[in-house]
Amino acid sequence: MTAETNMKLIDVIDLEKSFDGKNVLDGISVAINQGDIVVVIGPSGSGKSTFLRCLNCMEDPTGGKIMFDGVNIADMSVNIDVHRRHMGMVFQHFNLFQNKTVLQNIMLAPVHVQLQDLKRNQRKNAWNGLCNLFRSKEKQVAMVPITKTKASINQEARETALKLLERIGLADKADVYPSTLSGGQKQRVAIVRSLAMNPQVILFDEPTSALDPEMVGEVLELMKQVAKEGMTMVVVTHEMGFAREIANKVLFIDGGKILEAGTPEEIFEHPKNARLKEFLSKVLA
Amino acid sequence: MNGFGAKWENFLRIFFEYKGYEKVLEGLGNTLLIAFLGMFIGLLIGTLIAIVRVLPRYKVLPRILNGIATFYVELFRGTPMVVQLLLFYYVMLPLLGMHMTGVQVAIWVFGLNSGAYISEIMRGGILSVDPGQMEAGRALGLSFWTTMVKIVIPQAVKNILPTIGNEFIALIKETSVVSFVGASDLYVAFNYIGSNSYEFMVPYLVMAAIYLVMVILISILIKQMERSLRRSDRRN
Repeated sequence: MTAETNMKLIDVIDLEKSFDGKNVLDGISVAINQGDIVVVIGPSGSGKSTFLRCLNCMEDPTGGKIMFDGVNIADMSVNIDVHRRHMGMVFQHFNLFQNKTVLQNIMLAPVHVQLQDLKRNQRKNAWNGLCNLFRSKEKQVAMVPITKTKASINQEARETALKLLERIGLADKADVYPSTLSGGQKQRVAIVRSLAMNPQVILFDEPTSALDPEMVGEVLELMKQVAKEGMTMVVVTHEMGFAREIANKVLFIDGGKILEAGTPEEIFEHPKNARLKEFLSKVLA
Repeated sequence: MNGFGAKWENFLRIFFEYKGYEKVLEGLGNTLLIAFLGMFIGLLIGTLIAIVRVLPRYKVLPRILNGIATFYVELFRGTPMVVQLLLFYYVMLPLLGMHMTGVQVAIWVFGLNSGAYISEIMRGGILSVDPGQMEAGRALGLSFWTTMVKIVIPQAVKNILPTIGNEFIALIKETSVVSFVGASDLYVAFNYIGSNSYEFMVPYLVMAAIYLVMVILISILIKQMERSLRRSDRRN
């Protein structure tokens, strides 16, 4: 499946994380390619959520490297906000902004970062324009082309957001506050909220664990759709069925280490590691 | 009751014929000016300090800022308002070679003082907001400050509005000490009427009534604000 797009998107090298001297992640190395659907499984307390949260530095790694777009984002001197724009994240408890309507939840980040860029470019142009007055003709610095205005950014983000809401069938909920939505609706809004940023990868931190059983299906369905569109995804989950059907790579983590990695078939049908066999016998029973 | 009637007429005479009402209006204006501007400054300072005190502390600068903020809060909570007024007016201003009216001094001192209290209220409010809200903002690529200002603070303010209302009411009532630095507030006005009529019972009663009415009006205002802020809640 990934033969034609075998490009490393995230390269995790010897990732370590310790809380107060206790090692939670103990040297994890894995490469995530463009278009990969990586599912991370493991018993609770194994460090799988910590691993996921380290990928976009929600937890700062204490050792190792995370190469994303050729930059080591584990380095504390890197402006992490710039890279997080390209890494969506979906949380177990949805974390929709409580003080914003559904539409505002989706529009907020795209509008904000675009306005930030717009202002930066305008500043840059003003400065260069001033400097150009004192430069000879050959040395003139070109202006950054500005095609968008504040209104057009807003308008565009609004249209994208409405389209996304339409897609998940919640267009009529655009102007309500998240507290009135059901868990499944909240999580679907959270997923399209990260889609609105056009990320290169989306990280899912147990997206269905806080849902009522009857709502798990609708969220998994949306995730499958997103996966089929070619989005790179890293998913921490207990939904083994989802892992089997959608993943092209499964990681089994326990004790802060990857004990086994492979295709779903290798992991679920022919497990080699004893700890994995024990784990599967419990969860698949 | 006959005695009281006479006193009341005496008060009215001073109030109207001897321009007592001008004094009262000036005092009322000053009281409100000090309370509102002081509260405004206090909210700005308090919010800033509260954010500084919840900054993640693995870098050096936040730690230094946090130290300064803690010192500030302890300093202003640890000394009485009157002492702060006196120190500001009689020690700091001469040392700096500056001139300020009593009202200006009062505004600044009330602002700085309430900033210390509000910072702790605001810090509690920020801590009461689900940490997931900050995480969600950061995960979308928003900065700490952007997420703080757009997401966390609005939710925090909603939670602490009743307490902020308390603080504001306390501030209004505490303005009655500003005469220590020569600012004429309600107390000065009614004291003037009292001294001119050699009779203090009615002026002080009226003064109490005015404070009471002000505070009641303000609590109605706060209730209204709370209601409009609670739109995003399910319990309304």
